[in-house]
Amino acid sequence: MVFSTLAFVMTEATLSIPEPIFSASARPESLSALIWRRFKRHRLALVSAILLGLMTVLVMSAPLSAYSATQLDSKDEFAKPSASHWFGTDELGRDVFTRILYGGQVSLAVGIFSTLISLTIGVIVGALSGYYGGWIDNVLMRITDTFLIMPVVFVLILFSALLRELPNFAEYRNSVWLVIIAISSFAWMWPARIARGLCLVLREREFVSASRALGASDARLIFQRILPNSLGPLLVSGTLQMAYAIITESGLSYLGFGVQPPTPSWGNILESAQVHVYRAPWLAVFPGLMIFITVIAINFVGDGLRDAFDPYVIHTEKS
Amino acid sequence: MTTYITRRLLQAFPIMLLLSIFLFGLVRLMPGGPLAQAERNPNVSPEQLSAMRVRLGLDQPLPIQYVKWIKAFVFEGDWGYSIKFRRPVAEMIWERLPATLLLFGIGFLVTLLIAIPVGVYSAIKPYSLFDNIITTLSFAGQSVPVYWLGLLLILIFYLGFQNPFGEGPMFPAGGMYTIGKEGDLLDLLWHLVLPIIAVSVGWVAWYSRFLRSSMRDILNEDFIRTARAKGLSFRLVHFRHALRNALLPMVTLMALDLPTIFGGAVFIETIFSWPGMGRLFWDAARGRDYPVLLASVMIQAALILLFNLVADILYGFLDPRIRYD
Repeated sequence: MVFSTLAFVMTEATLSIPEPIFSASARPESLSALIWRRFKRHRLALVSAILLGLMTVLVMSAPLSAYSATQLDSKDEFAKPSASHWFGTDELGRDVFTRILYGGQVSLAVGIFSTLISLTIGVIVGALSGYYGGWIDNVLMRITDTFLIMPVVFVLILFSALLRELPNFAEYRNSVWLVIIAISSFAWMWPARIARGLCLVLREREFVSASRALGASDARLIFQRILPNSLGPLLVSGTLQMAYAIITESGLSYLGFGVQPPTPSWGNILESAQVHVYRAPWLAVFPGLMIFITVIAINFVGDGLRDAFDPYVIHTEKS
Repeated sequence: MTTYITRRLLQAFPIMLLLSIFLFGLVRLMPGGPLAQAERNPNVSPEQLSAMRVRLGLDQPLPIQYVKWIKAFVFEGDWGYSIKFRRPVAEMIWERLPATLLLFGIGFLVTLLIAIPVGVYSAIKPYSLFDNIITTLSFAGQSVPVYWLGLLLILIFYLGFQNPFGEGPMFPAGGMYTIGKEGDLLDLLWHLVLPIIAVSVGWVAWYSRFLRSSMRDILNEDFIRTARAKGLSFRLVHFRHALRNALLPMVTLMALDLPTIFGGAVFIETIFSWPGMGRLFWDAARGRDYPVLLASVMIQAALILLFNLVADILYGFLDPRIRYD
């Protein structure tokens, strides 16, 4: 504020001098404000974040559509994209746009919940491993290694096929939760590795030692000292998990082992499109496009977060 | 070196053991077990069923069953018997493995041929127009679902474009050979084009990005400044000194990516009807052919472990700074 009044009497030449970083009158910027300011500089990330927001609103407004996701219309099969059917209709005369909106609810939900679950498991495993070390670390990391060498898609197919055959699970056979459980069960290893690495570094830092000297419990050290300071890398890892979960859900559904019809998801809309791809190519184009746009937006947001949290990134260099 | 290899093999052992127990348990969780089909068959009497149970060793406790299974798997090469095709699983997998390795081997070569020059150029001229375009494209490449890309390629090059040198589509929509032309190399290459594009796009995006950042780190190192200061040519500084060092971490990265790469086989081979492991697995999963599924995952995991080991050893040869013993 002081500078703006001063500038009034300054000449053109002095105006070009950059503002000093520390201004006596200004309050220190809060961390979240700093991160937000840095995030905003990554234009693609900002646009992507807005796009994801819009996508969520659009998908949630599916009930406003004039069509139903499941209602058949035998008079209007394979209609090309037009004013009344924006993305055309499928082999049963259902409006593809409406189906994609409902499918988006499922796909996004699977993405969000799989991310939350796999991140939670990963952080717990990684924190225990990195904090306690010793045999706990050894056992947990061997288990992590075992999961890491599994050919993911193969095991996921096997796992979700098996989950469906469990007698106790019979009523959940076609539940979306089954897909979420399957994906999270084989996705926690990457956040676990990251959390372990962060824990190893942070537990040796002075502020943690100080807390320990004051008698803080292990749980307090992990949850109130170490994890809050790992927020940045964990958030970035969360975006990677989300992109992975959405691609994997669609992939599994595309192969027939994910979300089961009649519940639409972007993946199983694509699966049913595949059979008719020669007759009605638009059926295959739109659901895939939605997956693509969502995943690329998540990846950009992740890139923006990475830059925002990284103290070494110099933004002037990167437009 | 020998001690190192032995140590690595010893480390791989518990992982493989854990994995095999896990998979065995997983498959045995299936209600009914291997006799599910026979139990549903009204022509099989209870006496016959119990006889089958004894013959297959299913009346014994699970740990003993596991030991027998793993012994047969590792030492006798007995990987079970396909329920659907009534053939030994080992035979089916050996039949399919070459097609997968061929597709992914060539895909890998193509990836390196594109990713290395692109990554190097981006690193030498960072934030140039070329680099910015590549950055955006690589985000797209990493985000595009491989199954959708495959479908689009078929739409464009099978339905859209005609073959300029003859009748029919520009590229075939699937399969390994045209019927009647089995073993024809040119025909094989023609069938390989679309699957390889589908495979490589994501990899090129990912590895060129990685090489760019690793090369940029190296270019800031002191020894590069020294090399420049003593007047070495641009070519020598960038290719002899920088690129060699920048490529090293990629070896490890590629080995770590293998599980995902093998997983991608299911999609590519399903879309392009490629007669490999992925397609075999998918067919087996649809028919609930558990012996095939169990053996495929075991073999894939063993291959991944093996390639990881090879990558680690290769690293030792490529980087003389690393001494294993």
